Amino acid sequence: MKIYADNAATTKMSRAALETFVKTAEEFWGNPSSLYVTGQKAKEVLEQARKDVAEAIGAQPREIIFTSGGSEADNQAIRSAAATGRNKNRMHIISTAFEHHAVLHTLRKLEKEGFEVTLLPVHENGIVDPEELRAAIRPDTCLVTIMYANNEIGTVQPIKELGAICREKGVTFHTDAVQAVGHLPIDVGKQNIDMLSASAHKFHGPKGVGFLYVRKGIVVSNLIEGGAQEKGRRAGTENLPGIAAMAEALKEAVSGMDENAARLSALRDRLIAGLSKIPHGALNGDAAHRLPGNVNFCFEGIEGESLLLLLDDRGISASSGSACTSRSLDPSHVLLAIGRVHDVAHGSLRLTLGEDATEEQVDYIIEQTAQVVEYLRSFSPVWRELTQGKRQFIL
Amino acid sequence: MPKVAVGLSGGVDSAVAAYLLKKEGHDVTGVILRTWEGEEPGRCCDIDDARSIAERLGVPFRVINCAADFERKVTQPFMESYICGRTPNPCVGCNRAIKWEYLIYAADVIGAEYVATGHYAHVIKLENGRYTVRTADHAEKDQTYMLCRLSQEQLARTLMPLGAYSKDQVRGIAAELGLSVADKPDSQEICFVPEGRYAEYIEKHYSGELPKVGSFVSEDGTVLGRHKGIINYTVGQRKGLGIALGSPAYVLRIDAQSDTVVLGPEKSLWRREVRVKDLNWLSIPEPACGEPLKVFAKIRYQHRAAEAALALQEDGTAELLFSEPVRAAAPGQAAVFYDGSGCVIGGGEIS
Repeated sequence: MKIYADNAATTKMSRAALETFVKTAEEFWGNPSSLYVTGQKAKEVLEQARKDVAEAIGAQPREIIFTSGGSEADNQAIRSAAATGRNKNRMHIISTAFEHHAVLHTLRKLEKEGFEVTLLPVHENGIVDPEELRAAIRPDTCLVTIMYANNEIGTVQPIKELGAICREKGVTFHTDAVQAVGHLPIDVGKQNIDMLSASAHKFHGPKGVGFLYVRKGIVVSNLIEGGAQEKGRRAGTENLPGIAAMAEALKEAVSGMDENAARLSALRDRLIAGLSKIPHGALNGDAAHRLPGNVNFCFEGIEGESLLLLLDDRGISASSGSACTSRSLDPSHVLLAIGRVHDVAHGSLRLTLGEDATEEQVDYIIEQTAQVVEYLRSFSPVWRELTQGKRQFIL
Repeated sequence: MPKVAVGLSGGVDSAVAAYLLKKEGHDVTGVILRTWEGEEPGRCCDIDDARSIAERLGVPFRVINCAADFERKVTQPFMESYICGRTPNPCVGCNRAIKWEYLIYAADVIGAEYVATGHYAHVIKLENGRYTVRTADHAEKDQTYMLCRLSQEQLARTLMPLGAYSKDQVRGIAAELGLSVADKPDSQEICFVPEGRYAEYIEKHYSGELPKVGSFVSEDGTVLGRHKGIINYTVGQRKGLGIALGSPAYVLRIDAQSDTVVLGPEKSLWRREVRVKDLNWLSIPEPACGEPLKVFAKIRYQHRAAEAALALQEDGTAELLFSEPVRAAAPGQAAVFYDGSGCVIGGGEIS
């Protein structure tokens, strides 16, 4: 059996998105900025895509800026709010300890440039407490940036409440919604969101394209200087095939969202229940408030890479955390943020199911994971010390 | 031919070891153990080098993360040892607790019977059924000292193809193969301590309190001056003491209890008796107490093995009585005992 269970890393392009991608490249290859018909046809495709994307999240088309992906959108949102803050002498930013590195590393740079950053705790369940946000906001706070759903442990934040607090206090609220867009219903108006980042390849669109939503009235500065594309907020000839395919993928994702989410959540819960039977393991993050397809476990006495390797041999593609940090030796900052210690964090397994997952596949994953964990423990040096009492079980 | 997990470090020795085993027909998989990562770019380059070596040799490549245990069993005890006034040799402990432990784990993961490394030594099985390591044919590269703590179970599954090769031969083979690491400089000293500056490493990484400044004292207890904290000194050290006494002064002893460093003339560094603890036996089972064994012992990596009588004590330690005095036996370093044929009898830590 072949199962791709790493949809948080990337998704396969949908048939419709792929066809749109090819068709756009073939038929609408003109430059949207050109004045003749070939260019204007391309412009129409671009603006239709903008409309479709805006509609999917309850925004106005002019509030959408197309970018090269989620990381660029995060960078632009945070840099813009920081620039505005600096002009008003408000140089305090609030975020959380378990953001994606596109956010954390941008904040780290801003700290070097004189900003002060407060990282809110995310607690054992991986969820921010809105009251802690309220308490952290200061008169000089210029930005709150909190991810919609975590990319490793899938926990979904109380975005509407967080947004309401920011609105009340007059602070710009950005959310990195890369893992949520196309998977959870989003309405930027009702949820009090000022800026939102998204990436197409997380919802069956192509790689290298994403968007930033910026509520009307919020000033954004551009990261890339050049032509007047995207109303001067993002220079460079538009990636039209990517943008059109993203819009197509998002329309598709939104139209099947309720049904997919319900079915995937049931499969996720089945997977969690099955993996919970493995001794000395634990689910990471809240069991209920999490993305429909996300399961993340720690197994004690297990070395992550070898677990993934043996699962791969059995046809299961999974990860031990974020694909963006898999070259790093450090334990996952997300797992550390929810209180897992280094020894345990390094035996983590993330399984993120796609819309085409089946019960049979889930049962296969449970059976194979249990077997592989037991097998690895049969010769794991750490497990031997645990069972000999030379070190203490944590889970 | 059996399947072998070869530990690749990204250096030339392990690359050639993997090549030689593959040439003999073994089913080779390259394994790199990820133990620590510095801020310097050097480490990830080692991983990239190991990966490109595996690609060049056409063998699968696997990465095993043992950073948590490396910290627990190597870097933490290393720092604590200095703080207790000793001069640790972390490589000796790492070989047993990390390198072999996790290479064998990697071998089990992929279903390999053996592990292999690029150490310059021979693994041999003796007539008494035990395994040991014998010194390399080219003594200047011999690494048996670092292998004295390996267990019988570990050695029984170990291949070391480089025992008969010289470094020049190894570099020559690597160059013929077109390996980019053929000219890579030999790794120096302790892998996780940049440029041997171990005191700086401890100051940066130790989470507890570091030993404070204290006194230099003479052998009769006279205070001679102030020192920077005992972690900055090692037995036998002369340079960098920051004190002038009119005649050359050497570190004779370090007393962590009183934070004192005892200084004295070079002749006081020489002695015949060395006490060794935490013993590990390779070529023979643990001997009976009392009957001294004639051995050739090394008290540090670069030391030339010298004749000594080894006697096991009631308390489980051993006393080495050298025929001629040896210089600057430093507590924390390994003492390794050899027989006349260069086989390691066993080893332990100087106490």
